Amino acid sequence: MDYITLIQLLDSTVRLATPLLLACLAGLFSERAGIFDIGLEGKMLAAAFFSAAIAALTGNVWLGLIAGIASSLVLSALHGVASITFRGNQLISGVAINFLAAGMTVLIAQSWFQQGGRTPSLMAGARFEGITLPGADAIADVPYIGPLYAELISGHSILVYMALAAVPLTWWLLYRTRFGLRLRAVGENPAAVDTAGVSVVGLRYAAVAICGVLCGIAGAYLSTALQAGFVKDMSAGRGFIALAALIFAKWRPWYALWATLLFGLFGALETRPDVIEAAIGMKVQGQLLGALPYLMTVIILAGFVGKAIPPRAGGEPYVKER
Amino acid sequence: MTNNTTQERQETAAPTAAPAIELKGISKAFGPVQANKDISIRVMPGTIHGIIGENGAGKSTLMSILYGFYKADKGEIWIDGKKTEIPDSQAAIAAGIGMVFQHFKLVENFTVLENIILGAEGGRMLRPSLAKARATLIELANDYGLNVDPDALVEDIGVGMQQRVEILKALYRQADILILDEPTGVLTPAEADQLFRILGRLRSEGKTIILITHKLREIMDITDTVSVMRRGEMTATVKTADTSPPELAELMVGRKVLLRVDKKPAIPGDVILDIQGLRVVDDNGVERLRGIDLQVRAGEIVGIAGVAGNGQSELLEVLGGYANGIGTILLKGQPLELAGKHADGQSRRAHGIAHVPEDRQREGLIMEFQAWENTAFGYHHDTDYRSGILMNNAAIRADTAEKMARFDVRPPNPRLAAKNFSGGNQQKIVLAREIERNPDLLLVGQPTRGVDIGAIEFIHQQIVALRDQGKAILLVSVELEEILALSDRIAVMFDGQIMGERAADQTDEKELGLLMAGITDTDHPHSIAEIEANLAHAHGDAHKEV
Repeated sequence: MDYITLIQLLDSTVRLATPLLLACLAGLFSERAGIFDIGLEGKMLAAAFFSAAIAALTGNVWLGLIAGIASSLVLSALHGVASITFRGNQLISGVAINFLAAGMTVLIAQSWFQQGGRTPSLMAGARFEGITLPGADAIADVPYIGPLYAELISGHSILVYMALAAVPLTWWLLYRTRFGLRLRAVGENPAAVDTAGVSVVGLRYAAVAICGVLCGIAGAYLSTALQAGFVKDMSAGRGFIALAALIFAKWRPWYALWATLLFGLFGALETRPDVIEAAIGMKVQGQLLGALPYLMTVIILAGFVGKAIPPRAGGEPYVKER
Repeated sequence: MTNNTTQERQETAAPTAAPAIELKGISKAFGPVQANKDISIRVMPGTIHGIIGENGAGKSTLMSILYGFYKADKGEIWIDGKKTEIPDSQAAIAAGIGMVFQHFKLVENFTVLENIILGAEGGRMLRPSLAKARATLIELANDYGLNVDPDALVEDIGVGMQQRVEILKALYRQADILILDEPTGVLTPAEADQLFRILGRLRSEGKTIILITHKLREIMDITDTVSVMRRGEMTATVKTADTSPPELAELMVGRKVLLRVDKKPAIPGDVILDIQGLRVVDDNGVERLRGIDLQVRAGEIVGIAGVAGNGQSELLEVLGGYANGIGTILLKGQPLELAGKHADGQSRRAHGIAHVPEDRQREGLIMEFQAWENTAFGYHHDTDYRSGILMNNAAIRADTAEKMARFDVRPPNPRLAAKNFSGGNQQKIVLAREIERNPDLLLVGQPTRGVDIGAIEFIHQQIVALRDQGKAILLVSVELEEILALSDRIAVMFDGQIMGERAADQTDEKELGLLMAGITDTDHPHSIAEIEANLAHAHGDAHKEV
């Protein structure tokens, strides 16, 4: 495998890891506050549709992004009301959101665009284009450093850089601010937060809202940056893979980055069977490669990654008692 | 905002010397249950006020209202002579009230310092808050003798230190009124003594303390005044110096109570239970029992003392047949299976072992099931309870009604669900089921946990009566008083081992307390620091192995 191929592979890794990373951080906020969220998938899907639809209708990708975030926030609020206010089962609420999003997106897409449940292909301006960082063209021909900078580091859409910036930001918020301390505490022992005179409900809604915003960006990225338009079920299980990555990452932001990059790499390998063939000397079925991230998910969920201790109050509605 | 109220409070408090706390006509109902009925109480500043009462008397409900956890249906709260609304914990904290709950409200994987500042950070950024808190904490620790390690994780420190963290949490929030709910339940006697020294010091600094307990001795030792609650009502408030334990017990129960267990000397017979080198390794690979040797003879009660979590539960589980062990257990000379198909409750019962488990609500009863169904458990294969392949429900109900009458279960209704009986009556149902089968060996875990004084007396009498019939009894209890009152011989467990055995009439709380802390050299005085180091060591070990 030559250097350029490697750079291309890593470039593709970053692109594919971005939605996973955003969804994984979304889940991190929610679960660290004690609200399990298997509705990441549904929220991404809804956001993917609404951002593509609004971008297609208005021709403005930023309006699309806002619409995507808004739709994801609505579903988050639904999850919040069900699991925080009414203390319902968080898994069931999440499943409901996934079904709702899967059906609703196709239905509305068909009603608005009559294209078999998809949006029209997005034209320039209605999607996020790659950004060429300063000096990328100038040093593109410098050996090694040139391709590294011009191909791998430069040329991604703004959402990719936002996702990467979200990692240190999340870390800082969790471990360096009052909000982070309380958020972590409410996922471990809500009674401690309550008796300290802080609102458990307020903290949990805040966490669920952050989760909604991040899922919204992840969904918008799928339909307006990674691809040019919405197609049915385009989130393709990424919300669940993000959950697996979250466990793999032991609910920590930096680990989440490495975990999602690993899954991104699997995704990238799927698109480059020639690389695999060159590396191991035999042809591997494309479907097998395509199954890799899912296989990996199953293995991680079966607990082969060592002990991952989830937030102790996770999944439990908070009921006041003495 | 906190500062404002603190200042106001001091201004009003100083000249008038109003009561620190005054509750006027507090009532609170949960559905049809009247938990608090028209309760009024005055607590003067700089005193320790005890509230004593049986389980379910409404003590905790009353304090939860004062701390803003529940809202009273009726009544007023006055703090330092000012009427105060306390709709939530935030308001209670602002009014200068701090509460140490029976079950600590700490975040286990946070440090001591993080737990203390939680909710009272004083700024959006953590670092300056932590630095400021550290300085304040050291000051408070020195002022009141509350030594803690600010950087230790809460899950790595012992319960005694966790409790000090809770007290520091309240003091850090500038609490002048401290409520402690059953604070000594989880402590060794030495730790409890230290807690009382701290409380004494807080009182001398002008803090007002409310101590909720069901232990008469604690009330007599430390409080200035005491209120007695019974069935949601305040039956009396008296100066502690003017009362006595029998009088308080009578006020709590509403009739005269025997505080001592009346029993004749034991006449031990043959060895019934012989445990040799018993070891238990739990699912995490931690050794919970590390070589137990113990004998129980016919006609004697052997008590196992120890702080909860030192292997007593595991011992009962292996004997009762629902955990696997390694080693030898002989029952009347016959080895019991410690693993495999016949290591279960069914075959243990067939061998003549009856078991009153430690947690009656989880292991002893099915709370949703009726009393007669619960009475059949474990004995549902009995010929008396069967007709062919069907259960003979009528016979079980009749038998249950008889048992309930003999054990004074109230109400004596076999069709009532277990959850609708009080703690004491639930325990009597379990006890009746196990004792009436005429076992050779009775295992009893925490027989009177959450049981009111009146029922305690009855349960103790039943256990002694069984002993006098020549049965062997193994008693596990974290209540040292109970162990001392009931047992003929006492073994003390610490960290999965038996630290020593003593004849009940040749030992005292002090000696047993040291053994409970893992100190076998009981002839010399030991400092509390030494005891704590020992406890923390054992605690830390268990964690590392996980």
